[in-house]
Amino acid sequence: MTLSLEESNRAIITILGRDQTGIIAWVSGRLAEYRVNILDISQTIVDEFFTMIMVVDLNPANIGLVDLARILEQEGNEKGLQVKAQHEDIFTFMHRI
Amino acid sequence: MTITFAREEIQQTIKMIHEENLDIRTITMGISLLDCGSEDISRMEQKIYDKITKNAGQLVTVGEQISARYGIPIINKRVSVTPIAIAAAHLNTDEMVRIAKTLNRAAREIGINFIGGFSALVQKGFTVGDLALIDAIPQALSETEFVCSSVNIGTTKTGINMDAVLKMGQVILKCAQLTADQDGIAAAKLVVFCNAPEDNPFMAGAFHGVGEPECVINVGVSGPGVVAKVVKEFPAADFSELSNLIKQTSFKITRMGELIGRAASKALNVPFGIVDLSLAPTPAIGDSVAEILENMGLERCGTHGTTAALALLNDAVKKGGAMASSHVGGLSGAFIPVSEDAGMVKAVEVGALTLDKLEAMTCVCSVGLDMIALPGDVSAETISAIIADEAAIGMINKKTTAVRVIPAIGKKAGDRVEWGGLLGGAPVMAIHPFSSKMFVSRGGRIPAPLISLSN
Repeated sequence: MTLSLEESNRAIITILGRDQTGIIAWVSGRLAEYRVNILDISQTIVDEFFTMIMVVDLNPANIGLVDLARILEQEGNEKGLQVKAQHEDIFTFMHRI
Repeated sequence: MTITFAREEIQQTIKMIHEENLDIRTITMGISLLDCGSEDISRMEQKIYDKITKNAGQLVTVGEQISARYGIPIINKRVSVTPIAIAAAHLNTDEMVRIAKTLNRAAREIGINFIGGFSALVQKGFTVGDLALIDAIPQALSETEFVCSSVNIGTTKTGINMDAVLKMGQVILKCAQLTADQDGIAAAKLVVFCNAPEDNPFMAGAFHGVGEPECVINVGVSGPGVVAKVVKEFPAADFSELSNLIKQTSFKITRMGELIGRAASKALNVPFGIVDLSLAPTPAIGDSVAEILENMGLERCGTHGTTAALALLNDAVKKGGAMASSHVGGLSGAFIPVSEDAGMVKAVEVGALTLDKLEAMTCVCSVGLDMIALPGDVSAETISAIIADEAAIGMINKKTTAVRVIPAIGKKAGDRVEWGGLLGGAPVMAIHPFSSKMFVSRGGRIPAPLISLSN
């Protein structure tokens, strides 16, 4: 099996920050607006610190990954959250051959 | 399609990038200029300018797009070209300076950080073009911003060209004198090699060797901060465990280089050459090779045990990295520049790290005496003797060694110089007061060594 180098259009969105109401509502609302499909969500809170990892599919999307990453990062910043959207290959490549 | 992401792996990747300074140091595009020759210097300048801007015109944009897509910083985009002494062998010294300015103009046009290849390979002797280029180096580097120069003065197979060593001492001093008001920055863009690699993406020594394809993408990774962190987390690990930890980390760092190299190659439609496995520090706090050695248990980098610690580090980086990439090349090892590494600077300041110890350390790592400020009253012959020592280490040990020293005009040992950016700043280091003039002035070549009877 060869690793998907940009063959896939999946991305990982990570959100880190102090827990507050509406984080998931905000991000999923934004994703729905851009027609980005959520494939998986895992979320935990440790000592009021919110971490969420989301796997999304940009195939049906009407926005590119680079723009999506920029918008989520900016809006996340305003809420005091560190939000990253990165192509999945960076995670698969780093840990596997 | 299955979803097989481990939460810990995702968190680790993010932490390495955002907290431990993991980045891609450089995407370097190598471009052949062998077809740019012309009797007419103006025509030749135009051909070189056109070829670079055509091939690398999209390099910066593509680098920024890839960086945004994967969420990993790519610090520099660079170009390396065929050694100008070969590509423009028929030119005189003044014309060589014009070519350097052409390279500079092309670099500015496409927005890259550096362009390397104002270079000559003179390990066995000089051609007319080599001499013209070497004589042009001081003016070329002091009157350009982005151009980097390198001269290979020895190899294991040919021995050391001591005439070239003598000349390069003078050239380095002249570079520093011409840019004395900027702490000798022209000398920081010049490196003297033994066993220079032809596919090195790192500056100042990058050039596009004659065995290379028309155009190629090479990638240099960084990541001392990541290694320093993992070494710190396991203070009780014995040497086998320590080596394994570094190997695992180096694997992950190098995979990033492999990913970015493949992506850049695909986007630019240029073949992917190599990943250079080097651990390249930056002046940023926490991105230091010295800190890795100190985290292994040395009170200060440079004390007894430093060479052994560095040997282990360098070997483990290569073992881990080699598994991670299809093609490894360039310099590949831990770098120990002084001014570019906050931990090295500190070690010099407290008196733990000396020039002699750095020389010993270069026996077991990449690359050589790098980014070291020398007292301003250093003689050209002393610089030549420093080059000869370092070249001898490379020649005998069948490895690349290099010298990039910067005479700090008007300053003495202990004073500080500042170059800024990735080059950083450093205290001026003390040198031996005794002369080597008669030795380096003998002329001729040091013969190539036996490579059997290897004790």
